[in-house]
Parts: sequence; structure tokens; C-alpha cells
Amino acid sequence: MKAEGSVFKYGDNVDTDVIIPARYLNSSDPKELALHCMEDIDKDFIKNVKKGDIIVANKNFGCGSSREHAPIAIKVAGVSCVIAETFARIFYRNAINIGLPIIECPEAAKAIANGDTVCVDFDSGVITDKTTGKSFQGQAFPEFMQKIIKAEGLVNYINEK
Amino acid sequence: MGMTMTQKILAAHAGLDEVKAGQLIEADLDLVLGNDITSPVAIHEMEKMTVKTVFDKDKIALVPDHFVPNKDIKSAEHCKCVREFAMKHDITNYFEVGQMGIEHALLPEQGLTVAGDVIIGADSHTCTYGALGAFSTGVGSTDMAAGMATGKAWFKVPSAIQFVLTGKLNTWVSGKDVILHIIGMIGVDGALYQSMEFTGDGIANLSMDDRFTIANMAIEAGAKNGIFPVDDLARQYMNEHSKRPFKEYVADEDAEYDRVIEIDLSTIKPTVSFPHLPENTHTVDSIEDIAINQVVIGSCTNGRLDDLRCAAKILEGKKVAKGLRVIVIPATQAIYLKAIEEGLVQIFINAGAVVSTPTCGPCLGGYMGILAEGERCVSTTNRNFVGRMGHVNSEIYLASPAVAAASAVTGKISQPADIGM
Repeated sequence: MKAEGSVFKYGDNVDTDVIIPARYLNSSDPKELALHCMEDIDKDFIKNVKKGDIIVANKNFGCGSSREHAPIAIKVAGVSCVIAETFARIFYRNAINIGLPIIECPEAAKAIANGDTVCVDFDSGVITDKTTGKSFQGQAFPEFMQKIIKAEGLVNYINEK
Repeated sequence: MGMTMTQKILAAHAGLDEVKAGQLIEADLDLVLGNDITSPVAIHEMEKMTVKTVFDKDKIALVPDHFVPNKDIKSAEHCKCVREFAMKHDITNYFEVGQMGIEHALLPEQGLTVAGDVIIGADSHTCTYGALGAFSTGVGSTDMAAGMATGKAWFKVPSAIQFVLTGKLNTWVSGKDVILHIIGMIGVDGALYQSMEFTGDGIANLSMDDRFTIANMAIEAGAKNGIFPVDDLARQYMNEHSKRPFKEYVADEDAEYDRVIEIDLSTIKPTVSFPHLPENTHTVDSIEDIAINQVVIGSCTNGRLDDLRCAAKILEGKKVAKGLRVIVIPATQAIYLKAIEEGLVQIFINAGAVVSTPTCGPCLGGYMGILAEGERCVSTTNRNFVGRMGHVNSEIYLASPAVAAASAVTGKISQPADIGM
């Protein structure tokens, strides 16, 4: 499985309130949530994002609230993968549980620039910046999590058990 | 190698003699919690499961508290979804408007969380119950759905930072100042994926409400959980509030910690977190004049009785500054009633504050105190992210109830000493 797309680059501590502001949490409709994805940090994000694009950020991506609406909004907006130096732990769980691929890779997070074209190979964990030609080794998921991702989320994983 | 308090609780709930940091385990759950924002998503996920019943109707708590009393039609639909699910599955601990409170103040008060429990909640501040010696942590809606269906959750066993608390807090300094001080020291990801284990003889000098506030904001340092040892005060609290037996776990003497941080409580000063991260801390005595437009006293962090008593003590016989809005939100109906009985509500209203029914409302920019562009709020809540309480160009300064109340009098960020207290 691979992802390829243009990069939207953000900094440290991108919190779930800017990913999906709580004023929109009176809805749980994924399509409606996606319309406001990243609105408080990048109001043009939803206008510019194309299916398959990739978010790259620095440390502690997804900190704050436990709202699963955050990874849902990112996934439904068309984002194929989030690469970060580190993720906040609830966001990390939620992304896996809903089947949004995420990879921790400090080197890639530092080196990749906004607008670069990046390819991610989920099987090997290799991240390639096609714009600069540089490659990075991301952290592969533990086997336990790979099973959840393979089942396309925790619900299917439990149903299959 | 010995285990931390958190590791011991997790091992016991996974049926293992021993666990190590980094190990993936499946643990039995004592309680699964959700609110009106996260539960509808969980209920929808549960509908996709082959398991159609809940694992134990007594071990699920559903607390509509974020946007209730319903703030608009969409919120009403969410609450209706939660209510119908609760009725269909005969959920024992469903709390309707009128009985509800802010979840993390309500559940300990109702005796649903006790020492030794493993608790997950689809709300990040679920870590609050660590104050009682429970392992509790925030998760998302899918984890909540799986928890409701199976009574189990997977965890990566965390390593820990040990905080050794000594000494005693000074007057007008509280648990909020302690946790803001700690977050300022280690940063918003300073305890990422780790437990924050509080130890030391200084804990005996902290009230239960101080401990709830400290454990509540462990997530603001990125922690998986925050946890306190069980002492006489905690035992007394649980005996007063709960009929459930509790189990005390004690960290092994040779438990391994990634880091040990010693804090002398007597050195902590009234502290405030500047926008837009809880780690941007300053002591109030070190800052310039910062004029404010609103004060919020409440939330799962600081809406408990100690907090209201402290604020009332400062506001008694005084008036809020001209042009300032002051919103006081008792966290539960029981706290609200007690605040009426003790005359606190009268003090707030006489001072010119508004007192609201329990709700998370303004903390997350839902309703009941949204900020306009350029406005500043001193708030006893837990997050000051961009746009958290309203306009993206508004500002939140996190502080204790004492600082919030003193600021309400002066109209700028102040501490009780600034008004001669």
C-alpha cells in the first residue's frame, strides 16, 4: 500500500481544536466535519487539498481533545497520510482505530517542505520526498496495530475476531 | 525490576503477574465513559459491530455535558441519540439534564470511580480519576464503542515520570498552580505516552479537589495518565461517595522511572498560562498589566466546591470590574446546591457575576461565553489553544480560581495580594 501527494506542512503542537473547531462538533457527519478541517490554522486548506495529499508536521500532532472527529475530518478531506515528528497519544490511537495512516519520522518531518511531492510506502515505512530526492525510514507499526489497520479499523478487527 | 503504580494496576487487569513499559496488553475495564459529543460517534460505530449488546450496563456512564441544556437543534439530536441508546440498553449511569454534571466532577462524586479501577473515557480529561488512585485515560469514540461492546481495551504499558512533592502550598496557591507550574517546566509533550506518578509527603497537604485538578491536566503535558497514591483523605472521600470496594496499589520500591522531578510546594506562586499553549506559564507577580474582557470560573478542572469557595472568599463584598463578564459554573448539581446553601451563589450574584447550570460550554467554545475578536479571558479551564473559546484572534489565560476571582475585581490579570488579600 502506498500514498502519494502534495504536502501541507505545519509546525509543533497542532491541536485538535484547530484541526476541527468545537463549534462544529454539534455535527458528527464526516463530510460536514471535513468541510472545516484545519480551518483555524489554515483557512484555505479545504479549498486547496486534493485527494491523496499528505500532512507533515513537527512534534505532538493532534494534542488536546480526544475528539475522533479530528482524524475523521482529515481522512474524509482526502488526506492519505499524516507524517509527524511525534503524535499526541489519543490522536495516535484514534487514527489507527479509524484507518487513517500515520507515521512517526522526525527526520522526514524536519526535512520535508510545504508543497513537496511525497510518497509513502506503508509496508516498508519508507518515505520519499520526490521533490528533493531524499528518502527517510519511518517507524513501522507494531504487528498488533498492523492487524487493526489491515482490517481497516478496530470495529472490523473486533468483528473478525 | 519493579513496577510503577500504573503498571501494577494494568498488570492486574490484564491477568498478568508483571508488565513492562512498551508491552502491548489487553485489559479488563471497570468503567467506560462518553459524553454528548463523543458518544454519538461511538454509538454509530457500535451499530457496525456484530456484538449488539453492551458488556455490562452498570459499567458504562453516559453524561451529556458539553452542549447541554441543548444549545441548538444539532446538539439536541446528539443528546437524543445518546438518550435513546441509554434507554435501549438500560444503561444504569445515564445522567439526564437535572442530574448531570461535568463528567469528571460528577463520576467521582457519584462513587463510580475508585482506586484500582481501569477506566477509559471518550474525553481527554478522563485522566482526572487518577486523583483517587485509579488508572484512567482518554480515548476516542471507536475505543469507547469497543469498550462498551467487549469490556476490554488495548494499551501500550507506559513508562513514568515520578513527581516527588514536598512542603505545603501558600495561601491562595492551589492545585491549578501546581499543575500549570509542572506543564510550564516539562512542556505540553513533556510526558508524552508516559504516566505522571505523584508521590511525596507534600501530597498529604493537598485537598482532594487539588488532586483532581492536578490529575485532570496530566493530558495537557501529553501524559497517558496522572496518578496519586491512596491515603487517608482519598479513602475517606471514597467511603463517603462510593459503595464499591476499592483496591489500593502501591508502586514497587525498585520501580523504574524515566525521570524524577522534585517539587517543593511552598515555592510555587500563583501562575498563569499565556496564549496559546498551557506551557506558556508566567507567575502573576512577574507580568505587566493585561486587561481582560471575561472571566470563567468552572470546568472539569476547577468547578468543584473548593474552587467556588475560594472564588467567593475573594469576591465577597466586592464588585466585578466595569464592562467585564464573569461566568461561574458549578460543575455538578450537588456542588451547585452546596454553593447555594453556603451562600456562595449569593456572593457571586451580588458581585455582578452570572451563575450557570453545569456545562462544559465556554471551555471548548461551545456556548455560554464565546469570545469576540481581540477579546481576552482569564479562565480556570484547561486549554488556551487558538480559537478554543471563540474567535481565532481571541486569547485565553489559564489560571486558578483565586487568580480568576482577583482578576474579576480589577479587570486585569491579578492575584489576591493585588487587592490586599
